[in-house]
Amino acid sequence: MIKRFLPILLSTLAFLLGWQLLTRYSGIPNFILPSPLSVWTRFIKAVQDGSLPYHTWITLTEIVLGLLTGVLFATIIGYILAKSRTLEKVLSPYLVASQAIPVVAIAPLLVIWLKDGILSKVVICALIVFFPVLVNTIVGVRAVPTALYDLMNSLHATRAQILWKVEVPASLPVFLGGLRIGATLSVIGAIVGELVDAEEGLGFLLQLGDFQYDTPMVFVAVFTLIALALILYGIVRLLENRFLKWQNK
Amino acid sequence: MGEAISCQLAGIASPGGAPPRNDTNKTMSHTPILTIRNLSTVFPDENGGLRALRDVTFDVHPREFICVLGPSGSGKTTLLRILAGLIKPTSGSFKFGHGEQPSTGMVFQQANLMPWRTVIENIKLPLEVKNINDAVARAKAREMIELVGLQGFEDSLPRDLSGGMAQRVAIARALIHDPDLLLLDEPFGSLDALTRERMWTELSRIWQARQKTVIMVTHSINESLFLADRVLVLTQRPGKIKMDVEVDLPRPRKDDIRYTPHFGKLARKLREAIE
Repeated sequence: MIKRFLPILLSTLAFLLGWQLLTRYSGIPNFILPSPLSVWTRFIKAVQDGSLPYHTWITLTEIVLGLLTGVLFATIIGYILAKSRTLEKVLSPYLVASQAIPVVAIAPLLVIWLKDGILSKVVICALIVFFPVLVNTIVGVRAVPTALYDLMNSLHATRAQILWKVEVPASLPVFLGGLRIGATLSVIGAIVGELVDAEEGLGFLLQLGDFQYDTPMVFVAVFTLIALALILYGIVRLLENRFLKWQNK
Repeated sequence: MGEAISCQLAGIASPGGAPPRNDTNKTMSHTPILTIRNLSTVFPDENGGLRALRDVTFDVHPREFICVLGPSGSGKTTLLRILAGLIKPTSGSFKFGHGEQPSTGMVFQQANLMPWRTVIENIKLPLEVKNINDAVARAKAREMIELVGLQGFEDSLPRDLSGGMAQRVAIARALIHDPDLLLLDEPFGSLDALTRERMWTELSRIWQARQKTVIMVTHSINESLFLADRVLVLTQRPGKIKMDVEVDLPRPRKDDIRYTPHFGKLARKLREAIE
């Protein structure tokens, strides 16, 4: 355990030390590049006055709801497309085209349509999560060996049994790969929405810090976002370790 | 092909279990468990269809071990897939003696195990599909593990098994739900020669212990003579039965039976039939 984390710990310490020395001796003003210590002080303050937990909670809610919605739709639609070549042919041009539009470009539209509340952020987040999960669901389900279908059919298995006993476990590795990408993207989705227009959330906090030249606050918000993304990534890795034990060697 | 398209799975056509048609010349000692009549299959393709099987007709008797021998592309696998209910024949019929939907256990060319399931979980799959209580299924699976000699590997994953062991798991899985018919599709084709021969002895032993009716597809003459009571030789595509040979070698058959004159005679006969 210690051996595993020692390199990352040392490199973090070295990074922080270098940063601290840079701000101290380079003469760069604090509102352009704050020192790690001032960021830390700002962090403590933001935690104590309750603003950071509050805004983090808002953003986290948007991320989780957006992620769940995106994954739910992507999985269902992906499964249907994997099963029907015709539907895939009809729908895939739209799906690919929809991916060509940067979410950043349509985010303002969504905010106008869906108001500046939490809903517009959830939708943007879901949209950004949708595609990678969709593609991996299709690839995963298509990759299920036909021989396993033969086996289940020779046993007169029902559709539901084939789904749960073959298709779900067989496509899980590829699906979780998509989920890992989707989970990290979901953080971006929520922030994009908040930056367009929001009264709360980490994106709002970030913008507030920007407007007020409270640069340490901006850093606090950014680091919190990184932490959120890492936690989500870590959760997917945990799922992989739990469900794909049969794969790792 | 003007034949009427009919696939009579027993029980649908004759609820009372009609007596088997007696249109063969041979006098049978038992009622056949399975009667196959004029089975033909055409797979649709660009040039009007690929004929895989042509007028295949034969009877299978209870506890008989039949090998279907033929060159590659003779429709051997198609025949098994029809009997397993995976594809429907274009014409002709097959009918099980007891007049019900038959249950089959199939062993494929590759072991075809689920890599995410342990040995015991793979073996109990057919019982799971039948929604049988898990404790009962596990107990039965342990019994099967003992039968195929895999004690100690219950919780191993397929990736940790050798080819021969994986195929034993597949055989155990095909037998656990006590099927009417065991269908083997070149199950030892991917094994090395030594393992393959060891598996013949194993399969003979298992067959004798479980008293199953077996139809096995193979392209190995030795394999068919070592295992079968009867060998059916199919022609090149579209496969038609060319020869029906009784294998009257004494059982249990040992390795050295291959060096007996009678074995040699039968082997030559089959070799000539195959072309």
